Order: sequence, then structure tokens, then C-alpha cells
Amino acid sequence: MCITAENALAAGFPSLLRLRPAAGGGAPVRREVAQLSDEALVEAIARSDEAALGELYDRFGRVAYGLALKILRDAALAEDAVQEAFLQVWRGAGGYRADRARASTWLLTFVHRRAVDLVRREERRRAEPADSLPEPSGPGADEAAAASSRREIVQQALQRLPAEQREPIELAYYGGLTQSELAERLGQPLGTIKSRMFTGLQRLRGLLVEAGFDSA
Amino acid sequence: MSQEPHDLVASYALDALEEDERASFERHLAECERCSAQLAELQGSVGALAYAAEGPSPPAALRGKILDAARADRGAEVMFRRRSWALPAVAAIAAAAAMVAIGLGIWATSLSRSLDNERDAKAAYDRAARLLAAKATATPLSGADGSLLVAPDGRAAIVICGLGSAPSEKTYEAWVIRGTTPQPAGLFRGGSHCAPVLLTRSVSSGSTVAVTVERAGGVTKPTGRILFHAARA
Repeated sequence: MCITAENALAAGFPSLLRLRPAAGGGAPVRREVAQLSDEALVEAIARSDEAALGELYDRFGRVAYGLALKILRDAALAEDAVQEAFLQVWRGAGGYRADRARASTWLLTFVHRRAVDLVRREERRRAEPADSLPEPSGPGADEAAAASSRREIVQQALQRLPAEQREPIELAYYGGLTQSELAERLGQPLGTIKSRMFTGLQRLRGLLVEAGFDSA
Repeated sequence: MSQEPHDLVASYALDALEEDERASFERHLAECERCSAQLAELQGSVGALAYAAEGPSPPAALRGKILDAARADRGAEVMFRRRSWALPAVAAIAAAAAMVAIGLGIWATSLSRSLDNERDAKAAYDRAARLLAAKATATPLSGADGSLLVAPDGRAAIVICGLGSAPSEKTYEAWVIRGTTPQPAGLFRGGSHCAPVLLTRSVSSGSTVAVTVERAGGVTKPTGRILFHAARA
């Protein structure tokens, strides 16, 4: 005598029936996290999906760590920065807006900011970024090869910027210098530094698109 | 981009501002469309800069540390919230309902962070707790983590975990389907944690409860697809 859930759904929502969750029990429909886009991963993380957080780490943990290590020059601090950045993603995923930034950019912003804050606190600023970028360790892996090709594309694009634009960008991004410190160090007025960085980043964007870099 | 604060976009994108400058530029960003658009453009380049530093693999243990920390983060939140005030009230409720009740406590306290919502949260919590005390039966939801609770007199709530917030301009809407007619049974916002949703309509034997996403303010007939559902046990 009871109308079953399936019947009721079919009757009440005829056009929607095909979209209802798969029949056969109370288990939530789980998608394979490996097949989700980066942005969908963040949405899953917003629902406290640990597997999605693990997958995001598998995709971007390496570049996150490389960046943190580059800025901090200390493995333990770099680990801290990466861990804190992923926790920020874990806690803040609900506020992520896919229409504003790629998920990778969003995550790397946390990593960068955390690393820069730490390096400023530790007063470990270093000067010469470009010629001391770390070499990949562990040969052979596809992942390492992909990383090295991405790395080369970005490094080459950077090299094609005029030195006056490249220098402040590198010192700010990899060295953690503030704009006032840049002005002082490079012996240029603050306004000049700001506009060179702005022009340089715009130009870099064009160069990356030209080189087929897909995260630009 | 010639004048402050408009000329700070690149410095902001590169994290080259001091903390106070950063904070004040973020306030400016919220109001300046041009700066926001420029920032979005520059952030692509800045994000790419990270890849030029890509190098050694992180220590193998880091992945596990991050997942442990995430788990502990959530656990700490649960412990904190339990201690704050939910558990004592819940202790009197039947053991079978206790698991769900902890979920209610989490929800109520998380809402109570906002002073505006505190009174509503307590009232809703009280009503949900009374429902549980009235020997509600729980049926697992199909399509999501959570349960449908129905008291013998038909008063009902859905307890739902990890649903995520409804998109802006949208709301979740619950329906009680009796026979072939879905009837609206309440709107809710959702969120990342566990939350009880008290239905505004009673659930009689043989009825099914379903939830869809609808435009803000709700609708009288469902238009969205069914996210999850459960029939009264």
C-alpha cells in the first residue's frame, strides 16, 4: 500500500527522474576524485572531502613545495608553508570563487603569501633568485619531466623580459622583498618600480600564451 | 594605473606590499572594478611564476601530515563545539539519537558564532532536540550524507552533512511528496558542516522527502533536479 520512493519521485518529478541519484541504497554518490577538474576538487573540499584534498596535493604539492623552498631556502619552513596553505584551502574552500581564479592560482597564492610572510619574519631575504632555481630531484618520472618542461617555459619567458622588468618581479616574487625595499635596492623611484612590475607581468602573460603555457 | 591605490595592483599580485598596505588595498579592490579586473589578469602570470621554481619533490611524509592536520582541524572543531554547550543538552537524549545530536550541536554552535543568529539557532536547536526526544526514527538519505528524522506525530527534520552552501541567488528547498504531489517544506542555505533542517510540513507514513536547488525565495513547484531523498520509514 505504501507508495515507494521511486514511484513517488517518478510521479512527482517525471522530467527529472533520469537525473536522480543512482538507485540502490543510501550511500552517497561518490565521484572519482581523479576525474574532477581542479575547480571541482575545491568544491569537494568545501564539503570536507579528504580524498579531494589528497588529490589536490597530488596535483600541486610539488610546485607548491618548490615555490616555498625557493623563497624560504629551508626544507622545514617550506613544509610548514605548504601545509598551512593546504589547510587554508581546507578551511576556506567554501569561499572559493571559480569565476575569479583558477584553483591552482588560488592555492599557489596561499603558498606564496605564507612563504613570503615567513621569510620576512625570519629575515632570510636573499638576493639572487633566477640563477639558483632548484633542480628537480629523482629522474625518470613523467611528473618530473612535465615539471621540468613547465619550468623551462616559464624561465625562458622570464628571460625574454627586459632586465629592468624582470629584476623587480623576481626579487619580489622569489625574494619576498616589499616594493619599498625594491625601490631602495634597485635605486629607482617607487613609481618606476610599480610600473615596471605591472608592465612586466602583462608582457609575461603574452609571452606565456605564445609559448603555450596553459596555466597563464 | 598611475595613482595610488590603483597603481598597487602588481605589487599586490606579487605580495610585495606590507601587511597594512595589503589590507587597505584589499578594501580598495572590493570597490574598484578596474583593479579587480587587472588583478585577475596579472594573477595568471604570477601563478605561472611558481612553476619556474618547481624542483625537488616534497618529502614523502608531507602528504600524510597535511591530511592528518586537516582531519585534526575538523576534529578540534568538533571537540571545541561539543564542549561549548551542545553536549550537556544532548546527554539526556536516547543513545540512538546521540550521533545525530552531536551534528545538531555542531550546527547550532556554528550558527551561534554570529550573534544575530544565536537566538534563532538556539530555538531551532531546541526544536530539533525535542524532535529527537520524541523518539524520532532516522532513515538514511539517498544521494547525500545524512538522515531523515520523523517523530511519530509526523514532525520531521533532515540532518545533512557536507552539503555545501547553495549558490548565490539560490536556495535549497525541501519537498514532502505524498501520492504524486510535491509540497514545499522549507528553505535552507546549506553549509560545509552538519545541519538539521526542520521541515515546515509534517511527513506522514508513505511520504517521501526530497531536496532540490531553487531560486532564492523558493518556488511552489520543484524545478531543479533532486539532490537527495528519503522515504519515511
